[in-house]
Amino acid sequence: MIPGTFEYHKPSTLDEAVALLASLGDDAKVLSGGQSLIPMMKFRLAEPANLVDINGLEGLDYIREADGYLTIGALTREAELDRSDLIKSKYPIIHDTAHVIADPQVRNLATIGGNLAHGDPANDHPATMVALGAEVVVFGPNGSRTIGIDDFFLGPLATALKANEILTEIRIPVPPANSGGAYIKFERKVGDFAIAAVAATVTLDGSGKCVKAGIGLTNVGPTPVRAKAAEEALIGNPLTDDNIATAGRLASEASQPVGDQRGSEEYKRAVVEVLTKRALHKAKARAEGGK
Amino acid sequence: MTELKTSAEIGGMGHSVKRKEDPRFIRGRGNYVDDVVRPGMLYMAIVRSPYAHAKILSINSEKALAHPGVAAVITGETLKEYNLHWMPTLMSDTQMVLPIDKVMYQAQEVAAVIATSRYAAADGVELVEVEYEPLEVVIDPFKALEPGAPVLRTDKEGQKDNRIFHWEAGDKAATDKAFKDADVTISQDIYIPRIHVASIETCGIVAEFDSVEGQLTLWMTSQAPHAHRTVFAMVAGHVGLSEEKIRIISPDIGGGFGGKVPIYPGYVIAIAATVVTGSPIKWVEHRRENLQADSFGRDYHMHAELAADKDGTMKALRIKTIADHGYTDAATQPSKWPAGLFAIATGSYPFEAAFCEVDGVYTNKPPGGIAYRCSFRVTEAVHAIERLVDILADDLGMDPAELRMKNFIPPEAFPYKSVLGLEYDSGNYAGALKLAMEKIGYQDLLKEQKEKRERGELMGIGISSFTEVVGAGPSKDFDILGLKMFDSAEIRIHPTGKVLVRIGVQSQGQGHETTFGQIVAEELGIPVSDIKVEHGDTDTAPYGLGTYASRSTPVAGAATAMASRKIRDKAKKIAAYLLEVSEDDLDWEPGKFFVKGVPDKAKTIQEIAFAAYTNHPQGMEAGLEAVSYYDPPNMTFPFGSYICVVDIDSGTGQVKIRRFMAVDDCGNIINPMIVEGQIHGGLTMGMAPALMEEISYDEEGNIYGGSFMEYLMPTAMETPNWETAKTCTPSPHHPIGAKGVGESATVGAPPAIVNAVVDALSHLGVRHLEIPLTPEKVWRAINGL
Repeated sequence: MIPGTFEYHKPSTLDEAVALLASLGDDAKVLSGGQSLIPMMKFRLAEPANLVDINGLEGLDYIREADGYLTIGALTREAELDRSDLIKSKYPIIHDTAHVIADPQVRNLATIGGNLAHGDPANDHPATMVALGAEVVVFGPNGSRTIGIDDFFLGPLATALKANEILTEIRIPVPPANSGGAYIKFERKVGDFAIAAVAATVTLDGSGKCVKAGIGLTNVGPTPVRAKAAEEALIGNPLTDDNIATAGRLASEASQPVGDQRGSEEYKRAVVEVLTKRALHKAKARAEGGK
Repeated sequence: MTELKTSAEIGGMGHSVKRKEDPRFIRGRGNYVDDVVRPGMLYMAIVRSPYAHAKILSINSEKALAHPGVAAVITGETLKEYNLHWMPTLMSDTQMVLPIDKVMYQAQEVAAVIATSRYAAADGVELVEVEYEPLEVVIDPFKALEPGAPVLRTDKEGQKDNRIFHWEAGDKAATDKAFKDADVTISQDIYIPRIHVASIETCGIVAEFDSVEGQLTLWMTSQAPHAHRTVFAMVAGHVGLSEEKIRIISPDIGGGFGGKVPIYPGYVIAIAATVVTGSPIKWVEHRRENLQADSFGRDYHMHAELAADKDGTMKALRIKTIADHGYTDAATQPSKWPAGLFAIATGSYPFEAAFCEVDGVYTNKPPGGIAYRCSFRVTEAVHAIERLVDILADDLGMDPAELRMKNFIPPEAFPYKSVLGLEYDSGNYAGALKLAMEKIGYQDLLKEQKEKRERGELMGIGISSFTEVVGAGPSKDFDILGLKMFDSAEIRIHPTGKVLVRIGVQSQGQGHETTFGQIVAEELGIPVSDIKVEHGDTDTAPYGLGTYASRSTPVAGAATAMASRKIRDKAKKIAAYLLEVSEDDLDWEPGKFFVKGVPDKAKTIQEIAFAAYTNHPQGMEAGLEAVSYYDPPNMTFPFGSYICVVDIDSGTGQVKIRRFMAVDDCGNIINPMIVEGQIHGGLTMGMAPALMEEISYDEEGNIYGGSFMEYLMPTAMETPNWETAKTCTPSPHHPIGAKGVGESATVGAPPAIVNAVVDALSHLGVRHLEIPLTPEKVWRAINGL
């Protein structure tokens, strides 16, 4: 529970931070909220020689809508998402997600950027961002670039972020009218990673037909899993119990769980099916104007 | 309810006096072992084995010693020079302090690094190079008993297999016959998994040896400082440690639950390290060390059987148990009771015959078998009997409440001698269950369950009517390494009427500084605010065996009452002298003696105290003090009935405790608020293994559950709203009629929860489920997988 030795750097501008990362090479880690990195260092599972603390960078902490996007600064704390009126009223799926991350102490420090950049498929935001069709903005020596969420996660703890880049912003297209989303997490106890969790978004047309659907799965694969077949099965159809049940089955088939202390593969697949159905029902209710 | 004999200002028995220790805890002024800092203190960290069973080929400390700040590396070879590399356990087995040639479980201590900071010590641990040669691992205790299994304790002369002990109680022949003659017999394998107390404060020590004075001072997380001092003196006498020069201070303790009764290798290494280096040494375990290497609780594999008549009359009980003790028997049972008080397995029912046997077995796991918030294997016994009763009810198609009511030992049968040899002091089991049923609305719940079941919803109701046995114990039967299990109190009344009470037991959160003051307040009528209670320092407290197994109130509480009464006897003599009457002419009411029929002619206890130092009768010794060493005539038998209501999510298998009604009877109550707190905490600690907690191992002996990521201790979020109520059946043999309550809820809660879950699924053919009732386990049961 005591970390090894490391050098601590605290840049005050993004350019300085990126230059530091470039000069330190592979032996540096970015310290954001520190809620994943610090425990790994205390267990000596991670022993970076350098920590680049980005908490001193200005202007990376915001939640706002502009130009058809909800944009969230990477240093925005989970606790801020948890209590944001904009998030609660217009993006309840993000509120659902932030609210079940770890515990209040962790949420006070943990950042949404860190949650994504850590690349852990057990983290909660990745599946939600998959369902929402988000993009992430990263900043490196050559300025900013934008990465679509489906191209961002490459494998367990591996993302498209380069060693000299810092994730700065999350961009989510403002959903059209009659949209709803929900994130449902099933965990062994509060603060634990999910046994499985499901993020679902739907957009309905005037007749109640589903015109758009997003389904992301947490902790049942090497990356967050997009349940594509399930999404396709819903699009163009009304969200009847039967159609939702089919989507649940297809999501379960799309999941790639591995048996562990949280449950067997068989059980996790069953949980994905159940949670997908529940998340879709909730998303539908929200699209129809309910809570 | 306990009768109030004192005013709220005096605050004797039955008053919810606010805890006197809380202001310092609330203000961060508690003083725990890790708060102790000594000049020149060094820090110790421990190198632990990655293997569950391996030969040690070499230990190379060179790189560690070269690391800045590392002062020393201590190995088994260092200790061997002092013949301290092995030590006895409290069960008269032997345990390595540090190994010479072999490790026996994953996370076993292999070497210790002493350094100028915690960081340097942790770095040093990484740099100690140990070469191992893995050996065949024995994890399954049943396989450990098979012929041909590798004998693990090759160090023990004459040890030919992996059996540690065989214990039995009851009449085998009569039991076998009763089973043969019975209308109905049932049997069930029940496993109570290995769990860990996981107290919020891990174990630790600051050891300081003064080589000039030969004085060893230890600030130590100890539930039994006096017993530990004696053991240290006995084990290390040959290196010059002498009992009068060993002082153990057990300061504020952040939870014990039995986990701070054993003597861990880390303590002994730290003591050796302070002697070797001449510097004070601090060792405080990390959380993972605590979970992985410190003593576990439970790990009982039971085969339980019950015989009954068709009408539900229970006749006979038979339980055969394999107890996995890890690589050494380092349990903390009283010495003559290797299976603890498992003889309580007949529970609240009057069996005609019973037979229980327990075989202790060595495996490549950490040692233990401590009484985790349980008076020595009572939790296991209660789980067995309360599960069997429900299975019998299910088989007979009877309501489990009705079956219990039909069989309970009736109130008039006490004192009741059980067929397994215990004499229950008092009880009113039907009264407790009846109250629980009324409070929770049992009949309405049955109706609701029927309706829900028709709609396909899963709801269950579970009962546990447990009987505990606590307060070890009478000297004729109870000792630890020969030390009789009495306990003590020393009371000094100062001239101004204020009081110092010192007791032989040690609080780890129980509130002794408050409740023991209340006992004195009750007996002497002195306001509890004027009474200071001290414990935990072997240089000042009277000798006692410590706090565990709910023994503080039954034993040291009795000693406190008896010492108070000695003081009252002397006070009466002084009062008679001051009032110029004969002692026979005096009456007592809390706080004063007065002349019979003349209430104005009185002397308060404070006036008497002053006189004891200023105006005592000629021929009488001055002062007002007393000591009592109390040898209890019997154990006490708290009991209760718990009813649990669960709802189960059929999609995920998740169990939700909707309601839980706990009716407890612990005899007379000293402080209702503290009892309530004990029950709430105990219920949560009972729910934890029922639903969440377990330590298990893979075939190579790698631990699962070795950190809080995997060892699922419930938080407030998982804890339901506990409902509580009381009945009061005083202990007839205890001076204040109290029985002890700290562990009742931990013991009683698990079977109520399991019974509720099994009840919810009984229409699906489910008859039994093993704890912890994880969502997957329940989901499998629902789906017949």
